[in-house]
Amino acid sequence: MMSDSKKDCFAHGGVLLFLFALQFFLPAYHHGNMARIMVLASYAIGYNLIFGYTGLLSLGHAIFFAAGLYGSGLAISQFGFSVGVALVIGVTAGCVLSAVIGALALRTEGVAFMIVTLMFAQAGYLTVLYFGEYTRGDEGFVLAHADRVLWGVSLSDQTSRYFSAFSLFCVSLIMCLALVRSRFGKVLIAIRENEERTQMLGYNVVWYKFCTIILSGSISALAGATYALLFGYVGASFASVEYSIYPLLWVLLGGAGTVIGPLVGMIFMFYLIDLSSGVTTAYMLVAGLVLVFLAVFAPQGVMGEVRSRMWKWLS
Amino acid sequence: MAVLSLLSAQGLSIKFNGLSALSDVSFDVPKGQVRALIGPNGAGKTTLVGLLSGRLLPSSGTVHFDGQNVTNWPSHKRIVQGMGYTFQITSIFETLRVHENVALAARRHQMRDTLVNEVVEWALDRVGLAEYVNDIAGDLSYGHQRLLEIAMGLAQQPKLLILDEPTQGLTESDIEAFKALIDDLRGEVTVLLIEHNMDVVMQVADFVTVLESGQVLFEGVPSDVKASALVRAAYLGGANAKA
Repeated sequence: MMSDSKKDCFAHGGVLLFLFALQFFLPAYHHGNMARIMVLASYAIGYNLIFGYTGLLSLGHAIFFAAGLYGSGLAISQFGFSVGVALVIGVTAGCVLSAVIGALALRTEGVAFMIVTLMFAQAGYLTVLYFGEYTRGDEGFVLAHADRVLWGVSLSDQTSRYFSAFSLFCVSLIMCLALVRSRFGKVLIAIRENEERTQMLGYNVVWYKFCTIILSGSISALAGATYALLFGYVGASFASVEYSIYPLLWVLLGGAGTVIGPLVGMIFMFYLIDLSSGVTTAYMLVAGLVLVFLAVFAPQGVMGEVRSRMWKWLS
Repeated sequence: MAVLSLLSAQGLSIKFNGLSALSDVSFDVPKGQVRALIGPNGAGKTTLVGLLSGRLLPSSGTVHFDGQNVTNWPSHKRIVQGMGYTFQITSIFETLRVHENVALAARRHQMRDTLVNEVVEWALDRVGLAEYVNDIAGDLSYGHQRLLEIAMGLAQQPKLLILDEPTQGLTESDIEAFKALIDDLRGEVTVLLIEHNMDVVMQVADFVTVLESGQVLFEGVPSDVKASALVRAAYLGGANAKA
């Protein structure tokens, strides 16, 4: 009999192996979709750390995704940096921004925390529009193919794009899995379940939350920076409130507080809209109904239900 | 005496919206003692414990613990310093397993997982919950949840264990086991016990502090408390009279 811990590692390893193998079988259209899904799922993994594991409802994560997106995008378009440097700049921007916002937002709790994070994200969105001269506002800007080359490999090429997105997803998933299985992660779960008790066991709850916001913001920024580099488009819509709500939806659908949930939720939502928009123009109605259905019958999300009914060992 | 105090409160006062909940409360708990804190409902017992553990900050006065002035320390820092605290209203991690509940308490001071498991086993054994180690904490009976909370206190291996009404809702046999547990801990760890059950207080406490209307009314050994006309009038002779 395999130990629960081993089963957990094998299950997540299996998912990564499956995603790797998938590129050899997928038709071109879905190939591109999956690359996009993996990048956005990495963003959702970052969000899940703060929402699903620590129990903090942030409504402003788009600012971290956008920090990575614009950090790397502008580094290339305005300063002509190489892809590697641009990536580092994007992640650093998200890291610094999450430290600043975290320090301020953690002075509040509950509904006030939601509003403060939402307001910071709106301020970020308006900042992007304000500096329209450089960011080109809503219209956004495109990064040339020639500028998106890492170690001689063009990131706009389909195969290398899939592989880059897959690498990003691997890094995010493995980091998240290692974190939630560590002592640090167990304290985060304790905070989510009973914050007061955790504090009264001698844990500095605010410090744990602060570190998690930085980690979450940095992973979100890494996803944003990768998005800019792989798909070559940087626009203000990624800083808008929709992109703060999306990761919340993906995580809720897939299963908050499960490592694989963000990917499952992202795939589900992406293809739900993709397929229903092929049938009707009222595709958001279809999406809405399915969401209501899931909220009623699977309130823990897909993987949350799987965990509570079948695989209790799943991280 | 003051030199040996593990916990010392001097002139503690706190006001809520101008209403004085505690005024000028001073008391010392020497190392190794089992101290009971009693008083009628609304006397300020839980408020006082809140001040001692750092969940509330006093309007004036000081708290010294283990030789340090901890008056302005946040609660988690006091707990790291060696205070263990159990809540009056059961506060556990209901969705997590019994083992994980206690392990969270042990992990803060034990670096190795094998040592954590030893502490968990030891603490659960002491409160008699060893057989429930793999159960979900929320599925335990109310009495067992109270005991789990005490196990979480023990697993912190504190110098001072603060128990806020630990026997509330326990069955007679659980209460007997609890009394035996406190006797067992006597001398090993200092205990501050907030308790309504007079039988428990009279049997396990070395020394009793009686609070009334936010002030210390009386202090003495259990037999003196029982004999005191003052306490009788304020507390035992009131609506709660049993003894």
